[in-house]
Amino acid sequence: MALKTNAIRGVLLGLAMLGMLAAPASAQQKFITVASTTSTEQSGLFKHLLPVFEKKTGIQVRVVALGTGQALDMGRRGDADVVFVHDKVAEEKFVAEGFGVQRFEVMYNDFVLVGPKADPAKVAGGKDIVDAYKKIAAAGAPFVSRGDKSGTHAAELRLWKAAGVDPSGGKGGWYRETGSGMGPTLNTASGMNAYAFTDRGTWLSFKNRGDLVIVVEGDQRLFNQYGVMLVNPAKHAHVKKDQGQAFIDWVISPEGQKTIAGYKIGADQLFFPNAKR
Amino acid sequence: MIGDLPIYAMHCMTSLWEALAAAWGLIAGFDATLAQIVGLSLQVSLSAVLIAACIGLPLGAAIAVERFPGRQTLIVLLNALMGLPPVVVGLLVYLLLSRAGPLGSLGILFTPAAMVIAQTVLITPIIAALSRQTIEDAWREYDEQLRSLGARRLNAAMTLIWDTRFSLLTIVLAGFGRAAAEVGAVMIVGGNIDGVTRVMTTTIALETSKGDLPLALGLGIILIGLVLLLNMAAALIREAAQRRYG
Repeated sequence: MALKTNAIRGVLLGLAMLGMLAAPASAQQKFITVASTTSTEQSGLFKHLLPVFEKKTGIQVRVVALGTGQALDMGRRGDADVVFVHDKVAEEKFVAEGFGVQRFEVMYNDFVLVGPKADPAKVAGGKDIVDAYKKIAAAGAPFVSRGDKSGTHAAELRLWKAAGVDPSGGKGGWYRETGSGMGPTLNTASGMNAYAFTDRGTWLSFKNRGDLVIVVEGDQRLFNQYGVMLVNPAKHAHVKKDQGQAFIDWVISPEGQKTIAGYKIGADQLFFPNAKR
Repeated sequence: MIGDLPIYAMHCMTSLWEALAAAWGLIAGFDATLAQIVGLSLQVSLSAVLIAACIGLPLGAAIAVERFPGRQTLIVLLNALMGLPPVVVGLLVYLLLSRAGPLGSLGILFTPAAMVIAQTVLITPIIAALSRQTIEDAWREYDEQLRSLGARRLNAAMTLIWDTRFSLLTIVLAGFGRAAAEVGAVMIVGGNIDGVTRVMTTTIALETSKGDLPLALGLGIILIGLVLLLNMAAALIREAAQRRYG
């Protein structure tokens, strides 16, 4: 008998807990899912930006932060309503393939090259990023790459190409691919005292710098443009078209742009709005 | 190089103290966000362990007392599944629940429900495999006795679950520990969404990414503390129950 009542109690408890789980999903909260990049999430921009939008519209924005390549894949599978990333070439392909409706430019920041204070490749203070890459390869100085098909990784690879260097020759030697996000890659670079290519936002909010400092910045080729796209409802009927578009319209509106410009760490502005409107 | 060692050692010590201070600050400050994260962690992992126990214990008991063709293969398979990598489970559940996947229409990817499913898949084999062993050992011991009472096999299985309940509790706790500690699966199927699917382990991973190592370690200390508290509670219940039922 005791066994039976216990079994019944167990089942009831299980059902109660499932009910608890189902509750938040059935609540009438309006929300959209945005696939974005680690740089926007980890730099703290979304924490600053999203509450303003949520307060104004009542639409909760759920951000899944991945590399740009993965974020676009999430859009392709229909697991996001909006994609907010930074790899123009890949974004235009995404729209051309019909997965995105239209691409809007939102803001930019820039990439920087960070490296150890000791500067074994003697690149510090330079303004020419391609030249710095050549010197690093020639010196065989340790360089840590994302290696994860992210927007930053794509930008890094374009620069190696411009420098006429195939870094895959240094794999296992001076060139190390972490296959992970910007933060873990910087942690690795900090631990190895290696050079690394990063967006400025993540670098500014990164705390475990060790001996690393910015060694090259300010080159035109370090420009980093962010774009936003609605996932095409024609491909995925469940996409929240109106709410997703409301978010896009807001981030490129004067109010959204002003909010982006207002995000600072200390005295440093992290992102510079440049929507074409 | 050797001369540098004490400096590194000191640096590490400072980090540890910082982590302890961060943990204490988080607990003492009773941050609402942290409370929500801890609450979600417990909710997800306890739900998963409950469902996994409801499936795993009867399954383990059935395999322990029944004899059928392919039984040995099933046992080996179940034992091997105890080593399922969380990230693989996460990926499988992601592909199932993705809009492009077979269960996409449910729309539960990136919700706590998806995380419960992933953790359940992860720990059900652990509970089933370990309880199978425990119950089979008990079955060998009581075989004659139960048979002489004319108990049918399935009834015997139920009796054995009850008789070995204290050992099974430890198994269920091991399952809970595995669920609460894993990060690979919940990161993929939950997406680590702030305020929605962010749990202890994904927060630790995120803070590590941001290079805030003391805060990450501080959160880790709290997580270990929680699992410890739960195990202490279970030990107390077990002791009280043993005293009562003998």
